Amino acid sequence: MATAVQTRAKRTFRIGRLIRPAIGVVVAVFVLWRLYTVLASQSFGPDTWVRFAISGLVLGSVYAVIALGYTLIYGILFMINFAHGDVMMLGAFAGYFTLEAFNGAGFLNKNLPSAIISVVVAFIVGMSVSLVISIALERIAYRPLRTAPRLVPLISAIGASLFLENVAQLTFGVARHTYTNPEVIKRNIGWTLMVGGKEVLVAYTGVLTFVLSLLLMIGLYILVQRTKMGKAMRAVAEDKDTAALMGIDVDGVIANTFAISGALAGAAGVMWGLHMGVIYHYVGFIPGIKAFTAAVLGGIGNVPGAMLGGLVLGIVEAVAPAALGMPFQLKDVLAFSILVLVLIFRPTGILGEVLSGKKA
Amino acid sequence: MAMLEVENIHSYYGNIHALKGISLTVEEGEIVTLIGGNGAGKTTTLRSITGILKPRQGHVRLEGEELAPYKPHQIVYKGVAMVPEGRRIFARLSVSENLDMGAYSRNSKSEIKADLERVFELFPRLKERRNQVGGTLSGGEQQMLATGRALMAHPRLLLMDEPSMGLAPVLVESIFEKITEINKEGTTILLVEQNALMALSIANRGYVLQTGEIILHDTAEALRTNEVVRKAYLGIT
Ligand SMILES: Nc1ncnc2c1ncn2[C@@H]1O[C@H](COP(=O)(O)OP(=O)(O)OP(=O)(O)O)[C@@H](O)[C@H]1O
Ligand SMILES: [Mg+2]
Repeated sequence: MATAVQTRAKRTFRIGRLIRPAIGVVVAVFVLWRLYTVLASQSFGPDTWVRFAISGLVLGSVYAVIALGYTLIYGILFMINFAHGDVMMLGAFAGYFTLEAFNGAGFLNKNLPSAIISVVVAFIVGMSVSLVISIALERIAYRPLRTAPRLVPLISAIGASLFLENVAQLTFGVARHTYTNPEVIKRNIGWTLMVGGKEVLVAYTGVLTFVLSLLLMIGLYILVQRTKMGKAMRAVAEDKDTAALMGIDVDGVIANTFAISGALAGAAGVMWGLHMGVIYHYVGFIPGIKAFTAAVLGGIGNVPGAMLGGLVLGIVEAVAPAALGMPFQLKDVLAFSILVLVLIFRPTGILGEVLSGKKA
Repeated sequence: MAMLEVENIHSYYGNIHALKGISLTVEEGEIVTLIGGNGAGKTTTLRSITGILKPRQGHVRLEGEELAPYKPHQIVYKGVAMVPEGRRIFARLSVSENLDMGAYSRNSKSEIKADLERVFELFPRLKERRNQVGGTLSGGEQQMLATGRALMAHPRLLLMDEPSMGLAPVLVESIFEKITEINKEGTTILLVEQNALMALSIANRGYVLQTGEIILHDTAEALRTNEVVRKAYLGIT
């Protein structure tokens, strides 16, 4: 009896070891074959590829900013904050109403400084609203469950996500809201690049999004690596009891982490509105889950990993459907296939380290 | 007034009654040692003092002030630092970052810098390794770091949980020398040790703990010659 069970276990183990290389070979052959057919047919000119790459970089930078929130919170509490995308959505709405108000007052397009002020204020309002929501989320939905088994706060997070989406739906309706950009950064204007004799538009909103995302990422990196608060965050992430023995207010550091994550999500929401143009109560869901994928791709809990994961995912998503000769509607499927492949081949992500027994 | 006064505390882990009425005092400037076998409750006593584990009954007072209402991190601000059991250094932070965390409760840059110099003087090895990640230090170096980190808080009362654990005999001796040195510079020390002989050789007084109760309390001198202690903890028959 015992030996039978043993041999069965051994056999499944051997098959298990074959599955991964098999999947790897199938995926690689498929990708190479599609790449070959697409490139051989030359159905896209170089201008198209540049256009894809630019849109991928912009989208990826937004994913990266959202992904940082997932990774920071995971790093410190080992939980996935499923409501993070909805925090972003509320920030997007806050920015939307700010711009509407400025527009209503005739200030938005009065002159260049007024346009700049309006956008800056929209970011401040969006980030502040998301920051407050994020802190409230931690206080109400997660802190009381801190000592509960790990599945419990996860369920609470899903509940919080549904709650926020429904509140948004009740307050703002189901209609799609179009962001009112100042005239100077309308979504269809920008610089024109000449690629292979064809024009490629680089939208101002795209540049704004990309540059601001980079600044936020650099700022966060410096905060985490260099400041006293950042070091305390890393200490709390490693060992809460010992951090408390250093005089670190663990609850305060966790609240700060949610505040920072929330502010980043709020900025991402406003960028999303300005660049993509349309927001609604459900707008945080897909970017949220993409950013989560990006965080896992880069190695969840790892700050540079989230940045890299976001950019990689954005570019792959923009370029891959065309490169593989697939319909563009499949871009989400591709993004999540990447998640599955990462989980199979490198569960720790690109930059992730192997979780020690204590953490896992 | 005693630096530390623990009065009849009862601490629990769930239903496990780990401390059954512990009382002890530590006077300013003393080294007091707490000895006892595995599972006697030594670590639990220290955890109860730092507030990581709140006693259900009894009092912990620091210079007369009741500590019960304070959270663990606030107790650090009152002047209590701890070298925890098993070192518990932050493995992914560098040596200097670990020391920074030790000084988290303090503001004066110049005082912190002076204490950093003092720690580096005490443990020159830490200075050599200050940019190395904590997790890659050897066991002995980690012990030095855990001690240095606690000193960075500039505590008035230093709690040490088995600072000699897992160290080579040479290092054990040197760690105990350092403890004496730290004490001479004005830090009061409550020292938990398995290595009872060593602990009693540097301490002023000692308490012997057994299954959550204090069974003996005397000067270190007297405990070293006590029959019970010699049999049970010094391995001398
Ligand atoms: N987290 C915990 N949960 C449940 N019981 C615990 C916990 N920590 C300690 N105990 C129990 O409390 C008692 C006292 O443990 P404590 O760690 O204080 O012993 P100790 O004197 O420090 O021993 P050692 O010398 O082995 O470190 C032991 O019986 C132990 O099993
Ligand atoms: Mg112990």
